[in-house]
Amino acid sequence: MYGVRVLVGTRKGAFVLTSDEKRQEWQVDGPHFAGWEVYHLAGSPADPDRIWAAPSTGWFGQMIQRSDDGGRTWDAVGNDFSYASAVGEHQWYDGTLRPWEFSRVWHLEPSPTDRDLVYAGIQDAALFRSSDGGVTWEELRGLREHSSGPKWQPGAGGMCLHTILLDPNNPSRMTVAISAAGVFRTDDSGATWRPINQGLLSDGIPSAAAEVGHCVHKLAMHPSRPDTLYMQKHWDVMRSDDAGEHWHEISGDLPSDFGFPVVVHAHEPETVYVVPITSDSYHFPPDGRLRVYRSRTGGDVWEALTDGLPQENCFVDVLRDALAVDTLDECGVYLGTTGGQVYASSDSGDTWTPIATHLPAVLSVEVQTL
Amino acid sequence: MTIRVALPTHLRQLAGCDKEVRVDAPPTQRGVIDALEQQYPALHGTLRDPATGRRRSFVRFYACEQDLSHESPDSTLPAAVIEGTEPFRIIGAMAGG
Repeated sequence: MYGVRVLVGTRKGAFVLTSDEKRQEWQVDGPHFAGWEVYHLAGSPADPDRIWAAPSTGWFGQMIQRSDDGGRTWDAVGNDFSYASAVGEHQWYDGTLRPWEFSRVWHLEPSPTDRDLVYAGIQDAALFRSSDGGVTWEELRGLREHSSGPKWQPGAGGMCLHTILLDPNNPSRMTVAISAAGVFRTDDSGATWRPINQGLLSDGIPSAAAEVGHCVHKLAMHPSRPDTLYMQKHWDVMRSDDAGEHWHEISGDLPSDFGFPVVVHAHEPETVYVVPITSDSYHFPPDGRLRVYRSRTGGDVWEALTDGLPQENCFVDVLRDALAVDTLDECGVYLGTTGGQVYASSDSGDTWTPIATHLPAVLSVEVQTL
Repeated sequence: MTIRVALPTHLRQLAGCDKEVRVDAPPTQRGVIDALEQQYPALHGTLRDPATGRRRSFVRFYACEQDLSHESPDSTLPAAVIEGTEPFRIIGAMAGG
């Protein structure tokens, strides 16, 4: 098959949407894991038939499921995310200290080259790696054990590690983001880590420019320019051109610089997309109009993309992993909403079409280009 | 010893099994769950926290119209469960509206 497979995680199961390269007609398959919350699914770039999913429930905990046939059938793999060492304590919402406790997997990041290698970001924040296709998981504990750990605190959704960027040019380098701790980078394959938050300013913490404590919502990177990172922070859209050493704001003329996801165009490293949300208490788009904003200048100057998106009475949210791109020649862009809609654009965001309209609340959207 | 075990929907779906299954196990909660996880590896970690080994908060164990959730995991199950006239029931606690 030549086309696109969209992996949709929702509050009540997972869905697999497929189309040919025209992206006009879509087949919806699901729900898989009906009734389970699926925070994320991710396909292996090294073997697109291999897909991981992270279903969980409040009753029965976390599962990891793996498909080796493109999402048609699934099998349980390992789900033991026990921390590798004695857990320390982190900040709780009321300023007290609380021990680290596993609650769920937020994000799966497969290796681009090894079908058996996959990383998992979890709550309470830690990074795990499996090198046997998900059967066993090992914590890269140097991150959780970082000396700043007692200053980390949960965002509204929990203290989650939600972003894992693998540097395509440097296998020893990984960058992760934690809400609300900030961005951390390793240059020795996960043994040691350091915070890279210089330039971030957050009014919601005692020292606005603190080393850690920032509520980073998502990072994005184009594989051809791994030193350029984009960030949607709780407030502010940010950019770094030195692999996170320094950040500067690129919110420019956005109608709100609060939001969750950020992605980069597949073929244009200076074209970046965000979805402005009114505020941290109003989790819906400004003016009830769902608009994706695109910058073709790497930030600061943004244009609203509205054609095909609801422009009145729209009060849904778009969560941090619910915006994605494909890599076809004309880049496709996909977003999912908490109202259960998935919209697709096959022309870099100029026009949009709903490809699923009545799903459970969408938590994540990932795209495989086949 | 063969124990009848009734499973909730989520776990039946996960294990790909019927509502009620039979496991050969020592007649204790621990014995039954160990055997269940061995027979259906997909259920590993769904009833007990892998880190602590404790029953998950929203998982309940019932049998013979009694709540056995707070019994010791090594307590002997009721005679009717051992004799096979009653199932050991695993329940997702009532929650979610």
